Amino acid sequence: MRSQERYSEVFLEMLRRAATQLPDDVVAAIRRGRDREEDGSLAQKALDTILMNVDLGREQSSPICQDTGTPVVWVHHPIGVSTRMIEKSMIEAVRQATARQYLRPNAVHTLSGKNTGVGTGAGIPFMHFEEWDEPEIEVRLILKGGGSENASSQHKLPDNRLGAGRDLEGVRRVVLDALVQAQGKGCAPGTLGICIGGDRVSGYEESKRQLLRHLDDTNPIPELARLEEQIFREGNELGIGPMGFGGKTTLLGVKIGTLDRLPACYFVTISYMCWADRRAAVRISEGGDVTWLS
Amino acid sequence: MAELKLPVSEEEIRKLRVGDAVELTGRMITGRDAAHKWLIESFREEVAPFLKDTVIYQCGPVVRKNPDGSYDFVAAGPTTSIREEPYEADVMCRYGLRGVIGKGGMGPKTLEGLGRCGGVYFHAVGGAAQVLAHAVKKVERVFMLEEFGVPEALWVIDVEKFPVMVTMDSHGRSLHDEVEAASREKLKELLGLGA
Repeated sequence: MRSQERYSEVFLEMLRRAATQLPDDVVAAIRRGRDREEDGSLAQKALDTILMNVDLGREQSSPICQDTGTPVVWVHHPIGVSTRMIEKSMIEAVRQATARQYLRPNAVHTLSGKNTGVGTGAGIPFMHFEEWDEPEIEVRLILKGGGSENASSQHKLPDNRLGAGRDLEGVRRVVLDALVQAQGKGCAPGTLGICIGGDRVSGYEESKRQLLRHLDDTNPIPELARLEEQIFREGNELGIGPMGFGGKTTLLGVKIGTLDRLPACYFVTISYMCWADRRAAVRISEGGDVTWLS
Repeated sequence: MAELKLPVSEEEIRKLRVGDAVELTGRMITGRDAAHKWLIESFREEVAPFLKDTVIYQCGPVVRKNPDGSYDFVAAGPTTSIREEPYEADVMCRYGLRGVIGKGGMGPKTLEGLGRCGGVYFHAVGGAAQVLAHAVKKVERVFMLEEFGVPEALWVIDVEKFPVMVTMDSHGRSLHDEVEAASREKLKELLGLGA
């Protein structure tokens, strides 16, 4: 049953889950951070408030953060399924989720400054489509808030100021510098989705796609796994801490992917995700049956 | 945790220091990007009484309209403060605000304004939209809803035990400046860069 109504219904539930329930691996990472901070510190108080907030969101089916972000959506679909139909279904779902206060009306007309009021607008939600050989469709999304989007950045190597060349050591340097720059903007502790290579468009897309990964997974490419581990450790040594109050928990995760690049270009693109690292994933069979993925 | 009643006097607010954890109770108003620009463009007589001796909460809430026409805050965490850096000190001094609630801290112009006009910067936990919305007991009224939309409108709210931390005070101290300076030092060390 591949109908727009069925898809809209599933996507609405998907948006509700994403906005109100923080994934288990993210909650576990926040808890680990909380236990590392000094008792009674502002850092620990902030993480306690965050954990209390996460519980409230889940219990009351209300948004964890009032900035419910831009839904960024990746769809895998079999041959012959209309991507326009899937897109319409998602737009309808975002409108319904906005009407029910799972999402904030988050689309503002750039010239008039007027909020569309319905949560959708030109380019919102943002959708990527990819055809595959499986019979089901699979949809994965993140809700990317504005504060953390403002803290995202793209860099080109080499960078003389940081002594950063066109290699993984150069990547480490620009990323740690960017993390220092992001304080006070994205809500720490955050997760970094990083793309090395690509162009200015594909780099951002891939860096956001990295945010679909689980925090506790291991990068299959050993040199990237080592770099993720190193940036995670050193990022937490910077002492920025939860909310920038100072402390040991500045990062919850680092996820790095690569794309091939032009010989002349070496971009490092960083998508900063705040502690409210909201994502959801679902598979829908040909008959309309739903399997929720983590 | 110490409780602070709103409205609050200049004398009371000057007693607060960086590192204090406080719970706010009383009336405050929300305002973010569009509101700050609007408040500075000309003096807004109708809103001025709702700014005097209280705090402005930099927040774009999710709001539910009830069948009887009243409103409830569904989710209401702070937004990033630094965007209001060009405006905040002027808004504060002009309207007699005693403070700001936001996240991420603000810059030198605001810090100077806090000292000159008597105010503090309260940091709410960013993203803690549920905890903070639960502290909002009543929505009294709203300004500029039609023009600005829900997130940008100026909502007059009554709060009870609204949890915040003082991270910039009227004595020239900013926790944000201190953490940033320390993290920059650490970065230099990690990257082996000279001072």
